[in-house]
Amino acid sequence: MALDLTAVNQWMSAFAADVHENADLLTDLDRQIGDADHGSNMDRGMAAVVALDPGSFDSPAAYLKKAGMTLVSTVGGASGPLYGTFLLRVAGGWPSDGDAAGLGSALRAGLDGLLQRGRAAVGDKTMIDALSPALDAYDAHAGEGIGPALTAAAEACAAGRDATIPLVAKKGRASYLGERSAGHQDPGATSMTMLIEAAARTLS
Amino acid sequence: MKKLINDASAVVTDFLAGFAAAHDDLVQVDHENRVVYRLGGAKEGKVGLVSGGGSGHEPLHGGFVGFGMLDAACCGEVFTSPVPDQVFAATQEVDSGAGVLHIVKNYTGDIMNFEMAAEMAAAEGITVEAVVVNDDVAVQDSLYTAGRRGVGLTVLLEKIVGAAAEDGMHLLALKELAERVIANGRSMGMALTSVTVPAAGKPTFELADDEIELGIGIHGEPGRERRKITTAAETAELMLKPILDDIDYRGSEVIAFVNGMGGTPLMELYVMYNEVRRVLEANGVRIVRDLVGNYITSLEMAGCSITLLKADEEMIKYWDAPVVTPGLRKGQ
Repeated sequence: MALDLTAVNQWMSAFAADVHENADLLTDLDRQIGDADHGSNMDRGMAAVVALDPGSFDSPAAYLKKAGMTLVSTVGGASGPLYGTFLLRVAGGWPSDGDAAGLGSALRAGLDGLLQRGRAAVGDKTMIDALSPALDAYDAHAGEGIGPALTAAAEACAAGRDATIPLVAKKGRASYLGERSAGHQDPGATSMTMLIEAAARTLS
Repeated sequence: MKKLINDASAVVTDFLAGFAAAHDDLVQVDHENRVVYRLGGAKEGKVGLVSGGGSGHEPLHGGFVGFGMLDAACCGEVFTSPVPDQVFAATQEVDSGAGVLHIVKNYTGDIMNFEMAAEMAAAEGITVEAVVVNDDVAVQDSLYTAGRRGVGLTVLLEKIVGAAAEDGMHLLALKELAERVIANGRSMGMALTSVTVPAAGKPTFELADDEIELGIGIHGEPGRERRKITTAAETAELMLKPILDDIDYRGSEVIAFVNGMGGTPLMELYVMYNEVRRVLEANGVRIVRDLVGNYITSLEMAGCSITLLKADEEMIKYWDAPVVTPGLRKGQ
């Protein structure tokens, strides 16, 4: 399966549709431990991304780069710089020949960008807690091809998302709650899982 | 949800249109970038002061643009930091060659977006320095949190540093003054009611009729403790204790600021100010200047915050300097 412009556009469209459909859920999770805007902000940003004309880009990397810049410019909050930085870094490492290992390193470049921008670590109750195990699972299954690797990544991502529930937040707005942040699912880990699940449906 | 709006997604656009029209003698608004500028543009040789943050805290920050305070304020969505493009546009616009100071409140999103904008500005050869206001004692400043939030002190800082910039102070000295304000100011807030973000349509948190939330932030983020409502006298004591425990204010001269969260009558803010005076007097703290009113709000939330700034001579001099903005005016 080629990681071409059409596939990448389908990935973004599928993520945008999931975010739109679940905007209330994301905002509601954010209301519990944050400031009640994650769903509406991501929905606004992804609507701007799907409004881009994929035909005007000459490569999937160029399209993804523009998608990242669009998120930085439209989302605001912490999610804009974080998702924007993620996509910009993924675009920078996008494999030209569409092999599983290449996609794995592109996604890992995205994770490194998130770690740098957000200064969060695994266990801080953020989107890192979903993405980091997802990429470990991807690497473990990369030998089987992109499809199985992304499927494994999506499962690990969802498990990581669910595992944020008992965690006490150490970064972002939820950290103000201290112990009271335990018992709530992290909104950023939830939207990140939608992004990886969308990749598993469209890129494999 | 009961609000005077047309469309929840257009509330910032609509408010800025009205704000621009109402204050066209003082400011001009770039509606595309959602930046409020001082009328007349960048003053040659003066350091540009740029702040900004989520909307819903009016008059902060747009209301503090004008002579003696900010040069530009970037307005994000409700309770959402502005994006780097806005801050970058404002930074370019107000730079007259003397550099630009970013005044950032300590929230994860604000820090990241201002940082990205500063990187963009640096790439264009603009000298940018940034200060981060983090005065809220309700949050523990530790490795295990995003650090203390930026709240009421931001207003005092923008006034003091704004006057110093007007006076011709250069960039690094302004930054040093701002950092001294940050080191000597602490705040604590409380809420009587919750707050409803227009796009969310529902209250951010639930608070029973007889409950208050101590240590509330300016976005409805829950605070330190939920407890039964009590008198203004006891509330002032509960709010001041963590402030006085954090910095030793005994024997100092302070600027005392009682701020309304948006939904509390001025009458109650004066009741609170009177109690603040009493508690400070009992603790050997001398109020030399004060400010009472709604200056950094949280939409329709009822409640207040208290800010104490241990003020030195220079801070008082700049506090007393004239200022002409939509949200704060002082004559000579």
